[in-house]
Formats: sequence, C-alpha cells, structure tokens
Amino acid sequence: MTLLEIKDLTVGFDTEDGLVHAVRGVSLDLAEGEILALCGESGCGKSVTGMSIPRLLPPDSTRLSGSIRLDGRELTGLPEAELRRVRGKDVSVVFQEPMTSLNPSFTVGYQIGEVLRRHEKLSWKAARARAVDLLRLVGIPAPERRINEYPHQLSGGMRQRVVIAIAVACSPRVLIADEPTTALDVTIQAGVLDVFRDLRDRLGTAIILITHDLGVVADIADRAVVMYAGRAVEQAPVGELFARPRHPYTLGLMKALPTAAAAGADGRLRLAEIPGMLPSSLSDPAACLFHDRCPRAKDDCVTAVPELAASGPGHLAACFYPLEDGSR
Amino acid sequence: MAELGVKETVAPVVSSGRADRRRRLWRRFRRRPLPMVGLVLVVAFLLLALVGPLVTPDPSLQDYNATLAPPSPAHPLGADDLGRDVLARIASGAQISLQAGVLSTLLAMVIGIPIGLVAGYYRRWLDPVVMRMVDVVLAFPFLVFAVGLAAIIGPSLRGVVFALGFAQLPAVIRITRGEVLAVREMDYVMAAVADGAGDGHILFRYILPNCANPLIVQATVAIPTAIIGEATLSFLGLGVQPPTPSWGVMLTIAQQYLDQAPWLAIWPGVMIALATLGFNLLGDGLRDVFDPRSAR
Amino acid sequence: MIWFVLRRAGSALIVMFVASVLIFLGIRALPGDPAVVMAGEEATPAVVAAIREEYGLDRPLPAQYVTYVGQTLTGNLGRSTQDGLPVSEILLQRLPVTLELAALAMLVAIVIGVLAGIIAAVRRGRLPDYLATGFGLAGLSIPHFWLGLLGILLFAVTLRWLPASGYVPFSEDPGGNLLRMLMPSLVLGAGFAAVLMRQTRSAMLGALSSDYVRTARSKGLPESAVVGVHALRNSLTTVVTVLGLQLGALISGAVVTEQIFVIPGFGKLTVDAVLTRNYPVIQAVVLVTVAGYVLVNLLVDIAYAFLNPRVRLSGGTDG
Repeated sequence: MTLLEIKDLTVGFDTEDGLVHAVRGVSLDLAEGEILALCGESGCGKSVTGMSIPRLLPPDSTRLSGSIRLDGRELTGLPEAELRRVRGKDVSVVFQEPMTSLNPSFTVGYQIGEVLRRHEKLSWKAARARAVDLLRLVGIPAPERRINEYPHQLSGGMRQRVVIAIAVACSPRVLIADEPTTALDVTIQAGVLDVFRDLRDRLGTAIILITHDLGVVADIADRAVVMYAGRAVEQAPVGELFARPRHPYTLGLMKALPTAAAAGADGRLRLAEIPGMLPSSLSDPAACLFHDRCPRAKDDCVTAVPELAASGPGHLAACFYPLEDGSR
Repeated sequence: MAELGVKETVAPVVSSGRADRRRRLWRRFRRRPLPMVGLVLVVAFLLLALVGPLVTPDPSLQDYNATLAPPSPAHPLGADDLGRDVLARIASGAQISLQAGVLSTLLAMVIGIPIGLVAGYYRRWLDPVVMRMVDVVLAFPFLVFAVGLAAIIGPSLRGVVFALGFAQLPAVIRITRGEVLAVREMDYVMAAVADGAGDGHILFRYILPNCANPLIVQATVAIPTAIIGEATLSFLGLGVQPPTPSWGVMLTIAQQYLDQAPWLAIWPGVMIALATLGFNLLGDGLRDVFDPRSAR
Repeated sequence: MIWFVLRRAGSALIVMFVASVLIFLGIRALPGDPAVVMAGEEATPAVVAAIREEYGLDRPLPAQYVTYVGQTLTGNLGRSTQDGLPVSEILLQRLPVTLELAALAMLVAIVIGVLAGIIAAVRRGRLPDYLATGFGLAGLSIPHFWLGLLGILLFAVTLRWLPASGYVPFSEDPGGNLLRMLMPSLVLGAGFAAVLMRQTRSAMLGALSSDYVRTARSKGLPESAVVGVHALRNSLTTVVTVLGLQLGALISGAVVTEQIFVIPGFGKLTVDAVLTRNYPVIQAVVLVTVAGYVLVNLLVDIAYAFLNPRVRLSGGTDG
C-alpha cells in the first residue's frame, strides 16, 4: 500500500547567480515497510528530494512545487506549525554527519528525551526510561550509563546510533536517512545498516535511504531510484536494476563500482569513470541532461526530455535509447 | 579561546597569478556597498589629515573677536574659547589621529611579525615561551599601559603610540604565528623544504606573503582602535598635550563650554566616529573578501 | 575540572607575579630618588627618610621587592602624597563606586547586546538585522566619552531631565544614586552592547546553520526551542568569552566615564593620580586593576569550562 507519494516535485534555490535547479520534476512512491534507495552522485538532487518531504530546506531561498502526500495528506502547502507536528513524529531524518549532528552541550538522554516530550507529551522521567530502551534498540551497550554522556564521549558509530534513536523515538511512518553510513568506517557501516533493517522489520518503518554507494543499495534496499542532475532517470526493484540496467547513466555508475565482476581478464580491478561532468544547475534545458556524457546519445536527446517509461516489471527508465538485455 | 576575531585564512598565495587574484578580490569587494562607503570615508580622512593642514589657517592662531563664535563664513565650523579656527584644528587633529593610528600599528607589526614568524617556525622551543608572554601582555588592560607610560615618560603622543602599539602586539603575534603554523604544513612548502630551501627563503618567499591578508584586516581593526584610544587618552589629559590640537584635547575644551558653544563638542566627535566607522566598514569588507567562509 | 581550575589559577599567579615585578621596577625606573618619588615632591626630608626606612630603599632590589610584596599582602599600600591618607583606605572608598558603575554597564550591555544579537541572527537580512548591525557599527565607532558629552548636552543641558554629573552613595539616597548612575551606565554599556551584539549575532548565525540545529528542527521542535535552547546554549560560550576579553576595555571605559560625569570612583582616582604624579596611588591602582582583571578572567575561564562539557569533563583543552 502506498504510504508516501511524490508527484512532479520541483525544487529550486535562489542564489546570487540566479535560480539553481536542484530537483526537476521527480515523482516516486514509497510503500509501508519498504526500503527505497535514492542514489546518484553528489549534486544530483537526491538529498534535496529527501529533505523536501519534512521541508528541512532554507525557507527564504527555496522554490518548491509539486505534491508530497503522506497517507493521502498533502504536506507541501502545510503551514510551518502543522509541519512541526509531522517532523520527528511521522517523518524523521538521520543525517550524514554523526560527528556534528548532535548538540555538543546536551546529554544523549536529553536529546532523545526532547523529541518524546514534544510529540508524546511524556514526563522527563518517562522520556528517560524510553530513551534507555531506544538506545538498547539501536544496539548501544550499557544504555543506562550512555544516557548521561555527552556526544563527544561517544565514537562516530555510537553517535550515529544515537541519531537513529532520536529519529525512531516516536515510531515514524517514514525515516529519511541521508548518507547515514558515509562518514563511518566500513566495519561500522554494516552494523548501522543492520539497525535500519531491524527497525523496518520490528516497527514497520518505511525508509528512504539517500546514498551514492551502490554497495549499500544492493545490501539493504528493496527498490532504487537513480537520479541525475535533478531528474529521476531510472527506477526498479534492486535485483532487477542490477541485473538489467536500462539507462546508460545507471550502467556507468555500476561500472564505477569495484566488484569482482568488474575485474578484467588479468584479474586486476578496472574502475570505469563516466567522462564529462554534471551539467550546470543554473539552466533548465528541454533535453536529456545526460546527453553530452552519453555514448548512445542521438539528435533527439538534445531537443526533448525523455520521460520515465516502463521497460520491465516495476522497471522505469527515462531514455530514448535504453540498453537492451545483456548489453552490459 | 582568545583567538576570537582572528580568522584563519589558509588560502595559499603564490606569486604567479597574484595580480589576477587581487583583481578578483577587488571585483568581489566593489560589489558591496558598505565597504565602499568605508573606503570613501577612509580616503576622505587621509586627505583631511595629509592635505587639510596645508589649506587651512594656522590652528593656533587666536582671533580674539571670535572667541566661542558659532559657525560663520570666516570660521566654517566656529571658533573655540581662544578664538582658534575649529576647522583648522580639526584638520591638524586628523594628522595627530593618523599618526597615532599608523605609527602604533607599524610599531606592533615591526615588533610582532618577526616574533610571530620565529615563534611559529621554531615551534618546539621558542613557541611556548612567546605564547606565555603574550598571555601576560593580554592580561594587562590597555589603560594600565597607558597610565604606566604616562606616569613614567609623561603624557605625550609618544607615550600614546607606545601604549597603543604594545596593546595590539599580542594580536599581531598570534595572527602571524597562526598563519605560519597553517602554511608550513602545506604541500608546496613541504616540497620547498624537501628541495633544500633555507629557512629564510621559506619564511620570506612562502610564509610572509600569506600573512599579508589577515594582517591587513588586523590593521583595519587596530587603526580605528588607536584613533579612539588616542582621543580618549588625550581627552583624559594622559595623551597629547594642549595646545596641540588633538580631537581628544578639543573635546576636553568643549566639555567646559557645553552650554555656551555645543558645536565645539560636535565636530571632533563626528570626525572620530566617521574615521573609525570608515576603517571598521573597510575592515569588515576586506574580511569578507579575503575569507568568504567567514562572511556571515 | 579541579585540575583545570588549579592550572588556570597557577597561570593567573604567574601573571600577577610578573605584573608586580613590572610595577615594582616601573616606580624605580623613574628619574630621581625613589624615596622622593614615593613621598611626593613637596615632602619634608624627615618624611622622605621615613619612607626610605619603611620600604628599605637603600637595600638591594630583590630585598626591596620582598618588602614590597610583604607590605602589599598585608594591605599596606603606602600613603597618598596629596593628603597623606593610606592608599588602601582611599581604594576601599573608591572601588565600590566603580564596581557599581561597571555592574550596571555590564547589565545594560548583556541585556541589549545579547538580545539584539539573537534577534539580528534570527531575522537575518531583514530590517531588525540591519538596525542591529547599524547599532553595532555605531557602537564600535563612537567613543564613550563623546557619547557621554552628547548625553549631557541632550539630557542635562537641553532637556534638563537628568543631572549632568555628580554622585550620591546608594546607601544615602538609592533613588538619587540610580538617577545619577543612569546616564553613565547607559553610555558605558552601549559600547559593550555593540561588541556583544556583533559577537552574539555571529555565534548565533554559526549555531543556526549547524548540523545540530538542523537535527533539532528535524525533531519538530518549535522554533523557540531550536533558537532558545539549542543554538543559544552553544553561543553562550562565545558570549562569556567576549565578556572576558572586554573586561580590560570596561575598566578603561569606566575611567573615562567617571571623568566625564565627575564620579568619584576608581577611574577618576587613577587619572587624578597620574596628573598629580601621586606615585603611591598610581602604583596601587595599577596593581589592583591588574589583580581584578586577572581574577575576573580566571572566573570567566571557569564559567566557560562549566558551559562546555568537553572542557568540564576532560580537564580542559589548552587554548
């Protein structure tokens, strides 16, 4: 059942240089208990798409249009005060930087308890007891002791678990995790991903996982949306996507991924890079934005925008000349 | 904690392309209105101090028919208790202010830059000693220097310059040392070291040019502080002595005639405020241009 | 934490030692016989001889220094050359006046400066920000003493609302005391309010764009809690630091303010002493100023440590 539905989301930012087009008409949906990956390189608009849902964008410079419906309720027109009742309760966020996402001046217990007091109207005492439970849930040992500690006394992995504990404190419907493992050591990454899987299984939380790391996508996501220059260029169930990528950009991303499959005949790993660079975000041409980096581009790629079109079971790609089966 | 207000700018300046860089900075600077106002005020102040005394009458000439005269064609800003032309005295006062500001800042730079360079470069043994000394100097309120100096060498412009220069020494040392510490770790300096460049070459060719921007910003903070400091000390009688027409001295006189000749209290104060404002605006602008990250 | 306090106290003691040596040598660096210097130029030979005896001025410098420190620590700061009163007595009479002025000015500065800084940061790029920024620039650029003169000109000479100068002890006439202290403390406080405003604004802007404030927003907290709890708590360390750094300027400012408003405080004592070459008093006021400054800085450091758990729990970072 569809929990979250985004239709034609467009986000721009006013800057000194003009309007920056960060998201150019993205549509996607999220089912209950689903883990959806939003992937693409930095600057592709995946984070902005995620942050648009709880509207955690600079209010003065953001130009947002389109529709974001949570359980059928439209969020985009919601007044700020209403939205604050949604944030942290129905929709919560885990940020990339565990080292700076926690307030250095307050104890872990305070920072978890705060969100419970706000949305669940708990007393400090009750909030504290719940905070201990939450720390245990996210796999922090000795939570009774940790709860009185300050962020600087915790390791990066621990801090990220605390941030997750804050995010899931009120059992949100949707959890948006923005590069939650990027700043962590590889060994710690797996543990944090396990926490997400566990939360989905136990609480039924739907998760939007924003990442540039296709390894993480393959590991945990059910479905993935690939973004490029503010547009969704391909979306498919993860197995299908990795088996049969349709968009040349997706294929390029995969070739840049170090896997055993990419090893050459001599057994050495060769990583391919996609030539060229991201188009300017200051203009919004009616063209496929990938055309100047695309080996398959033809004349019409420069004059029209390819729409997402079905190219397999649950598989959509926005390309006039999609890859065929087995062409990788 | 005491490094507050001292922005660490680490952008390396290497001589090639420096002209380009300066031109780019100027473009960035010109776009902002307030720093331009500051620049205009500073240039006006410099003109007043350098050219003003040449075109105005003798500031100590007494016109007994004009004692405490309000502004008139003969005396555009009025005349003081001894019938001296206020405009002429304002121009001469600008010269005193400029001297106090520039000389004290130069003094602090001439002493502070070598100390900061050496302390930062020979980190291991010299640095802790110098930094403790800086802490001690910081522990003295500026006025204590000034009072002590006035007590020992007598109230004078020289005492003011020494007191003001000494007071800003810690800031100069800290800035220079901070830049040295930042720059000496950069790859191109390491490469020069590996190529066998001598200490002197590295200090003057690589490190000193990088100190220029933060020190220029520091000067735009120090000069207005010194202008106010000179005026304050002279107002108290601890600085420039009458009949030399310092803005502070003029205000001391004005205080006695507040009810009869209030304009005497207006002009010097306006001049101090405008000159100081000019340097402050200019400094804020330069800080933003040199270090865009701090532009808040 | 205890180690942190002890270390800071230790370095404060070192500063005091260096300061006392400098003051001690300063008086002796003056041209002429130090005994005459200490006794005043009009003193009789008998008085000069007594002073030489009391301070052991014919003995070597280290011995003189020991005598000097001993006497200072027992409260013997010499006698004023103007009226022959013990300097310690004069100080006890003058200090409370200046402390009142400084405390009132500090209050003005904190209330106006911190509030204006927060409002400017929250309303960044809007009218309140421009007003506060303008106020900050004006406060930096206008010297205290001129502001004082303008105040007298407007409120005392022209409008006749407030007395131009003078002082009544609080214990004698609380209303009259506060009425006379109103303009001086506003004048002295305004400049510090400007500095505090600029620093608070900058610290708040930094905090408001920080990741932890974004986290606080993502929790759905009301803006009052985001600004008033999360951002402000982290900006307070900056505010406390700036207060500490501004103390020297506050002392200097009090001297000037007392001079304009003819307030018989510590600052006026200082200026009068320099102008009349009253060396025993100069020596004492410089020493007391440095001691007070060092002490308050120590307290600020400790307050800073209390506000910052990283310092509080680990025994201190070295600055």
